[in-house]
Amino acid sequence: MSATAHVPDHGSGPDGTKRDFLQLVALASAAVGAGAIIWPLVDSMNPSKDVLALSEIEVDIAPIPLGSGIIASWRGQPVFIRHRTETEIKEAQAAPLSEMRDPATDAERVKAGHEQWLITSAICTHLGCIPGGIKPTQPRGEFGGWFCPCHGSQYDTAARIRKGPAPRNLPLVPYAFLNDTKIKIG
Amino acid sequence: MMRTLRPTFIGAALVGAALLGASVTAAPARAEEAPELPSVNWSFSGPFGTYDRAAAQRGFQIYNEVCSNCHSLKEAYYRDLIGIGLSMQQVKDIAASKRVPALDENGQPTERPALASDHFRAPFPNDLAARAANGGGLPPDLSVIVKAREGGPDYIYGILTGFVDPPAGFHLMPGLNYNTYFAGHQIAMPQPLRDGTVTYIDGTNNSIDQEAHDVVTFLSFIASPELEERHRMGIKVVLFLLFLTGLSYAVKRKLWANVHH
Amino acid sequence: MVGLHHSDVKNPVLHWIDTRLPVVTMIQKEYGSFPTPKNFNYFWAFGGMAMVTLLLMIATGIFLAMSYTPHITMAFDSVERIMRDVNYGWLLRYAHENGASMFFIVVYVHMFRGLYYGSYKAPRELLWILGITIFLVMMATAFMGYVLPWGQMSFWAATVITNLFSAIPVIGEPIVQWLWGGFSVGNPTLNRFFSLHYLLPFVLFGLVFLHVAALHITGSNNPLGIEPKGPQDTLPFHPYYTVKDSVALCLFFLVFAVLVFFFPDLLGHSDNYIQANPLQTPPHIVPDWYFLPFYAILRAVPNKLGGIALMFASILILYALPWLDTCKVRSATFRPIYRIFFWVLVVTCLVLGVVGEQPPEGIWVPLGQVATAYYFFHFLILLPVLGKLERTLPLPESISQSVLGGGPLPTGAASKPMEKA
Repeated sequence: MSATAHVPDHGSGPDGTKRDFLQLVALASAAVGAGAIIWPLVDSMNPSKDVLALSEIEVDIAPIPLGSGIIASWRGQPVFIRHRTETEIKEAQAAPLSEMRDPATDAERVKAGHEQWLITSAICTHLGCIPGGIKPTQPRGEFGGWFCPCHGSQYDTAARIRKGPAPRNLPLVPYAFLNDTKIKIG
Repeated sequence: MMRTLRPTFIGAALVGAALLGASVTAAPARAEEAPELPSVNWSFSGPFGTYDRAAAQRGFQIYNEVCSNCHSLKEAYYRDLIGIGLSMQQVKDIAASKRVPALDENGQPTERPALASDHFRAPFPNDLAARAANGGGLPPDLSVIVKAREGGPDYIYGILTGFVDPPAGFHLMPGLNYNTYFAGHQIAMPQPLRDGTVTYIDGTNNSIDQEAHDVVTFLSFIASPELEERHRMGIKVVLFLLFLTGLSYAVKRKLWANVHH
Repeated sequence: MVGLHHSDVKNPVLHWIDTRLPVVTMIQKEYGSFPTPKNFNYFWAFGGMAMVTLLLMIATGIFLAMSYTPHITMAFDSVERIMRDVNYGWLLRYAHENGASMFFIVVYVHMFRGLYYGSYKAPRELLWILGITIFLVMMATAFMGYVLPWGQMSFWAATVITNLFSAIPVIGEPIVQWLWGGFSVGNPTLNRFFSLHYLLPFVLFGLVFLHVAALHITGSNNPLGIEPKGPQDTLPFHPYYTVKDSVALCLFFLVFAVLVFFFPDLLGHSDNYIQANPLQTPPHIVPDWYFLPFYAILRAVPNKLGGIALMFASILILYALPWLDTCKVRSATFRPIYRIFFWVLVVTCLVLGVVGEQPPEGIWVPLGQVATAYYFFHFLILLPVLGKLERTLPLPESISQSVLGGGPLPTGAASKPMEKA
């Protein structure tokens, strides 16, 4: 083998620009190729088809007693369905928006004509715990709604954040009344 | 805390570690008034502890006659009962008296007598059925219940003996029962044990305290069946390490004797 | 150009290998005759302990993985099967579980030793940076490992910690769903955590290799914080420190054994013996004890993004430590004021640990805030200022002189500072 290798000089002479451009294109193409390999790896960690396919659920709300509620499971996430009392509805409607971190009127949180039903995600907007209060035996905090045991967030009877570290109200979930005793979530 | 301020680095570090450790175990979850648990002298506590076989066998009798009507023991097998001193024949007979789900030759669901190699039979086919049969409450599985509760055996003993009438003015929800040691005092489980609930095969006095003591001994065994082997091995390992520590320290002293440091 | 390595190894087989791949020479040089300051105290044994713990965790972990099932319906039962039916399964599992705690105890002592004796200062900045990186990867590994038994604390710790990322504006939500592989912590999450929990210890091993390699370039710091001036200040690593470290290692195993055999659940949380239930939050979620100080910092501000930023900052700030501490003197032995504040920092970290364990109410909230404030004050303000103002004590001439009680130097020891080998 020859000990000396011929090293062509780069970048100078009349061919320089063209060769630089070629190198650039080659490098860029290689980068695209590398990205094409990495993206399937990254995307394989995103929710898969079977997870995404979990569709809507129907819930019979007739058996839920006044003042109490249930936790339904939708897309693997818990959802509060609470049967509010007259007092709770009044409290929710009377609460001053100025005192709220994430102001919303009670009317925006429930469906007209079904004010007694409050249906929200059951995941605390702070760090994803499930606040207590769906059963009247659980602590409901100062505002009579929900009390999150993890970090002490307190929600009122319209599931609006009123005290504690959570930044937002419990999110609403898409739902519709099929009739007076049955709802569809999703 | 004060001791950590002394710049004896090693002592402080050890105290610090101990403080951290203690803070983990000592603090109860909530500031709620938790009454002090009864302190029972268990045969299996301490580094030399073993399970009182007779108590554990009586405890199995209680589980079998009382608890197993609602509570599963899903991690345990009938063969595990050998660990509380039953013979293989006794275990086979106990298993054979239970019927567990199976499939017949046509693939249809049926039942067959249980074998020693089977899991303990569950009282309900699933959690929903368990809730439906218990007014919405789910009787927890008891396989590791002693390890799954703060306070361990003392807590379980407390719950079993802690059923009393609610104090005046206490609002008890319908369907719930008052218990001194349960968080919030309202427990779905009705009082399971009273004086004379079971008649012991070996004729032991069947007071509620004795019954609770025995069933907690049994449940502790089911939660940590490895405990006796662990304790035996632990003593040997610690003695060996003490010996090795002394030996290596002697080697170190000799080696470093001539080094000024 | 190409030639065989010149080897002094006598054994013919080892000689044959060593001439082709000089591993024997390397081990001899790095762990045999390696010149090590002769004045180490026992705090210098914790690095070796940490390395042994890592190997122990990898060994027990590999065998646990042979019996573990990473599926949400089977994980809890498979761990119970390990505890009950697998031969010595309880020993593997308890050793692995408590080994994590021992690992953190040892690493925390190792880190505070570095803080006390200024081991992070020039020229050992990169050594320190690698160490902090090891700490970060270790925390990620421990967190994912805690999820695997699929108890209530496993599930809810995973939920709380992954949710931290949702605080990032705009891309937070997609990132969290990507981490979960779904809309909540679930089977895909458990699977990937198992995969990564198996992978990361080997990454750690590589980082530890770099950490030790960097250490062997600069040489070790020592309790006086002055560089060795010659052979009279050092000892060959073997047998002096191999033997001394063995004594420390025996004591370490003694503590470890008492924990595993007699108090295996002392540092764990009883709720983790309840199978995970996504529809029921335990009344009080706490991480394992070794994360408690950071958890307290997270909760010190009643603002989600702020708390998270502060928590990450509390770790990342350590990367800047070599440049924040402006004092040229390394060891706190010669820094009377720094020494006091060092212990204030230790107590602060312990207080944060206790606060992290408590529910976020009452006195614990302001206490956590004060401790958090001090933590940042210590690194960001105190250290840069103190380095300029503090009157440090006179440093000894050399390690040997200090050892011999500061008398006149023996003729041999008064030699000129040597070039480091």
